[in-house]
Amino acid sequence: MTPTIEHAPPPVAPGTSTGARILDVLRRHARGRFVGPVATLVLFVVMFAGVLGRYEFASPSQVFLNLFVDNAYLIVLAVGMTFVILTGGIDLSVGSVVALSTVLLAKTLQLGWPAPLALATVMIVGPLLGLLMGTIIEYFDVQPFVATLAGMFLARGMCYVISVDSLPINDPLLRTLGLQYIYLYDDKFIRWPVIIALIVVVVAMYVLHLTRFGKTVYAVGGNRHSAQLMGLKAGGARVSVYVISGFCASLAGILLATQKLSGYSLNGIGLELDAIAAAVIGGVILAGGVGFVAGAVLGVLVLGTIETFVTAENLDSYWTRIMTGGLLLVFVLVQRVLVRKPK
Amino acid sequence: MDAEPSNDPEPSNDPENSRPVVEMRDISIGFPGVKALDGVDFRLLAGEVHSLMGENGAGKSTLIKALTGVYGIDSGSIVVDGSPQAFAGPRQSQDAGISTVYQEVNLCPNLTVGENILLGREPRRWGRIDYRRLNRKARELLSELELTIDPRSQLGSHPIAIQQLVAIARATAVSARVLILDEPTSSLDADEVAELFRVIRRLRDAGTAILFVSHFLDQVYAISDRITVLRNGQLVGEYLTAALPRVELVSAMLGRQLDALDEVADSAAMATAVQSDHPLVRIDEFGRTPAVQPVTLDIRRGDILGLAGLLGSGRTELARLLFGADRATSGRLEVNGKTTTLRTPRTAIAHRFAFTSEDRKDEGVVGDLSVRDNLVLALQARRGFARPLSAKTKDALVTKYMEALDIRPRRPETLLKNLSGGNQQKVLLARWMITEPELFILDEPTRGIDVGAKTQIQKLVTELARDGVAVVFISAELDEVTRICNRIAVMRDRRNVALLDSADYENNLTTLIAGSSS
Amino acid sequence: MIKRLAATPLIWPVIALLALLALNAYLTPGFTSIRVQDGHLYGSLIDILRNGAPTLLVALGMTLVIASRGIDLSVGAVVAISGALACAHIGSSEDPAGVGTVLTAMAIALAVSAVLGLWNGTLVSILGIQPIIATLVLMTAGRGIALFITEGQIITVSSPPFKVLGAGYFLGLPVAILVSLAVFVVVGLLTRRTALGMLLEAVGINPEASRLAGVRSRTIVFAVYVFCGLCAGIAGLMIASNISAADANNAGLWIEMDAILAVVIGGTSLLGGRYSLTGTVLGALIIQALTTTVYTVGIRPEITLVFKSLVVVLVVLMQSAKFRALFTSWRRRPGRRQVGPTARPTPVTSAGPAVADVTPDHDDTKVRQP
Repeated sequence: MTPTIEHAPPPVAPGTSTGARILDVLRRHARGRFVGPVATLVLFVVMFAGVLGRYEFASPSQVFLNLFVDNAYLIVLAVGMTFVILTGGIDLSVGSVVALSTVLLAKTLQLGWPAPLALATVMIVGPLLGLLMGTIIEYFDVQPFVATLAGMFLARGMCYVISVDSLPINDPLLRTLGLQYIYLYDDKFIRWPVIIALIVVVVAMYVLHLTRFGKTVYAVGGNRHSAQLMGLKAGGARVSVYVISGFCASLAGILLATQKLSGYSLNGIGLELDAIAAAVIGGVILAGGVGFVAGAVLGVLVLGTIETFVTAENLDSYWTRIMTGGLLLVFVLVQRVLVRKPK
Repeated sequence: MDAEPSNDPEPSNDPENSRPVVEMRDISIGFPGVKALDGVDFRLLAGEVHSLMGENGAGKSTLIKALTGVYGIDSGSIVVDGSPQAFAGPRQSQDAGISTVYQEVNLCPNLTVGENILLGREPRRWGRIDYRRLNRKARELLSELELTIDPRSQLGSHPIAIQQLVAIARATAVSARVLILDEPTSSLDADEVAELFRVIRRLRDAGTAILFVSHFLDQVYAISDRITVLRNGQLVGEYLTAALPRVELVSAMLGRQLDALDEVADSAAMATAVQSDHPLVRIDEFGRTPAVQPVTLDIRRGDILGLAGLLGSGRTELARLLFGADRATSGRLEVNGKTTTLRTPRTAIAHRFAFTSEDRKDEGVVGDLSVRDNLVLALQARRGFARPLSAKTKDALVTKYMEALDIRPRRPETLLKNLSGGNQQKVLLARWMITEPELFILDEPTRGIDVGAKTQIQKLVTELARDGVAVVFISAELDEVTRICNRIAVMRDRRNVALLDSADYENNLTTLIAGSSS
Repeated sequence: MIKRLAATPLIWPVIALLALLALNAYLTPGFTSIRVQDGHLYGSLIDILRNGAPTLLVALGMTLVIASRGIDLSVGAVVAISGALACAHIGSSEDPAGVGTVLTAMAIALAVSAVLGLWNGTLVSILGIQPIIATLVLMTAGRGIALFITEGQIITVSSPPFKVLGAGYFLGLPVAILVSLAVFVVVGLLTRRTALGMLLEAVGINPEASRLAGVRSRTIVFAVYVFCGLCAGIAGLMIASNISAADANNAGLWIEMDAILAVVIGGTSLLGGRYSLTGTVLGALIIQALTTTVYTVGIRPEITLVFKSLVVVLVVLMQSAKFRALFTSWRRRPGRRQVGPTARPTPVTSAGPAVADVTPDHDDTKVRQP
């Protein structure tokens, strides 16, 4: 009986240096897809514990919960961005779509529309723009960078057209949505946007890991050619992820609007970069095919922790950017050394 | 002296197997300028492994693409399981029961093994993928092939050999009547090949018709029941493996036509060495395992040294080492008596080496640049960017070489990607000739090129040698190699097995290339 | 000559630019007029050239980076840092109005800009990191660094010599225009008069073939990032000089996007290879003209961005072969091999350009050992 070959790693050629051998071992373990998010988790725990230890917060658990409360909209955004990046693309328009959503919401409410109708309208705009961009990218071979950049200009432009100034939001439903405390235990609270964000995360995880569509998204990012040869709907997946990203951007806009209770066309400038940074720090690889929504969420928490630290330390806000950039660099370098994307 | 082609196959007594699963008759496919297939017959029987043999440009891949629906056919017929087919695309071919596993495993390395096998027909429960059933079914399929790979593991974490077996498992999940394996063993070591063959035999015994394409003779002889040989787009014959001696197979593949290419022969005869005593380049136990085992050779000025052997014999790998395209891991290389390490192509170029790759598309042609720019690229790169060639010099060089090599169309500003393969190759040759090299390594310079251009290039090579250039010439076409080269280093199984002088060619060359037992 | 011009790919940007200018001229009498006042030239056309100068500079550097199959998202941050350094130096010196101070300030800013370019080049060329993510790092951190230099404030300086770059005049023309023009000419000469341009294109089109032909790919890639950083540095000085202040938050905001768009509109492909500096100039002018058009036509300035996006989409679609094919689909394309019930060309194997002679090259077998 011939021995069956199991998970037999290729033998290391004789004469390789010790360093190369160690690297080889690390690489093979790093091919486990969980290394990225786990590293982010470790980083987050270390950072957060560090922050907690440094300052005497009245309520450390609330500080943790606040990470979610303050960044719920970014979590939603990062989820959408993850879908796009998984296919190897990028979506630069989401920040502007967020702004557009806030402005549109405020304006329609101001015009007297009932809240549900206003919300529904806003929720259509994002996906629609995503559909447009996705179609251009998939069927006309336009680079995602350029197409979504144009989308960014379009959305931001529409913002200015609707209203240059900030518009307040007074609708009671939205006020509740944004401001109501939901007590978990003792005096620890969260708000509705957190719950909405978590629902989005769970749905996204379900779709990505338990549906054919989700697997197609991964497949397209892994090897688009193969995905097509395997009979999967590669083209459809590529368009759909932009629709999803647009949907998330619209939703994130609503969440942001309820938080700030205003619609302002200068909202969300640079938000897409935050979403991308969160995803990359969370282990989602820009080349596509690798990454988890949970990782992106962890990335958001890491960014939130940086923000908390900068605020608590009373540093100028620009330190957030510097530290984010530094972290990004570290993750990129580690990814480069350890993980070779299997092609 | 050819073996008797078995035109009437001796079928087994099983009536079901008497009709071929696939029958292709009189298939012709032409492209502008080249006839890829000319009236080729081919058939596959159930429960057998059938090898399709032929060197590059013979038409193997075209025939397979016709069978898998990638190409349409100009004339002829394809019949699968008794019903005539006209594939409009790969989908129809798959629906007819034909699955293919390519050398580049066409799966997604970032998905799990189980997902790769079953995605597209995965078991579902309430709208979502039922992973328990999926992994179970995958395990079943794998065990039918006697494989115990964990379906939950990521595909990319396995070596290529395993990934290939998974690709085969996917093919069987589609319950293929016909399984085409296109060069499945090029990246596998001996153990992995044995494992692959075990799987293939299992499938064969279960009744699948298997088309096995490979250039490794040992493997073809080990696994296949029947062999079909193509050459230059035509059918040479269909043979029972057991009845076909190796040497004759190689003859059938490579041909022994001694065409009327007297010019070239004369030219070669004249090129008797302006050979000096010390070699220009000497390599000593020079190699890069596992691609090329250590080789010891001399290369002399005015000498045309051939590296002969089949694909995968290590000849291209050795050539790349000589140029610094890859780095040697053992041995020593001397240029004019001085030991040198060739770290990069630039080092080699500084020693006045030149190299044309066998993969001109990915490693030679800069498609969006003009013919003119492509011609002067190497020369300019050596001069450095600060010393551009004057327009006058450029034009003079370009005109001279376009004339000398008869490059058409005679318009230097044409983009290289718009030229025919033969002319592209000539441009690439000229690119290096302009640098006036001392050592010129040519890897398959005449592959996929029409006869006229072939002759021109061969003549060119002999003229180079006559002018004192040391030439290393790689080709799979034996008649070409024997006509031009005055010495041949025979490569087989990644090592140099022999060094022949022209006098020894006639009898020994084919045998050496073919390998052991005839 | 007209026919040859019509056949070049620059025809689309040229048409777009002329159309915009014509529209402006039609709607605004005196648009094309240039008047002389105090020995200086004034006019709408001059304004377009001057306001577009920083973007043009950045776009020139970006062109070369994109040609090498890369991208540089960090230029906006470099613009901010450059201006911040210069103003910080001038502001903290004893003689802010002294020419020596100004020159030193500029030298510092440019040196640091070059170093930042070096940083990007190292990440991309030596560490092999994807350009988009490599430059994203500096894009994220860079503005923070600029704010750190200005300590979160807007540093204003009053230094007449410093004003010259952004707001001064020389020989009647704004210095900004002269500088950007000079850089254009220098880069043009450098790349087209030497072999640098051709080698750069070769690297972008087929990096491996270039390597085997002996081209110093690494050095070239390195160099283009340094140059891009330098261009951004000059642009930063220009912007700071123009407002006599360093506004680290807003200086060069989104300039990388405008620059990339200028390059793309000008016909250079984001995938690398052949590039056109002239095209980039046209692209930058179009982008600037768009803003002006919106203003003169009387459209509310808020619509600028919408307008911009539509023009960009239009130009990019026109460059897409598949889009153009929609209009020529009645013409059969040679080189496709489907003779079957459907005429759909083969999607499976590599869809290369339709070559006149489709020789079935080697079997799809790569025998290169992994």
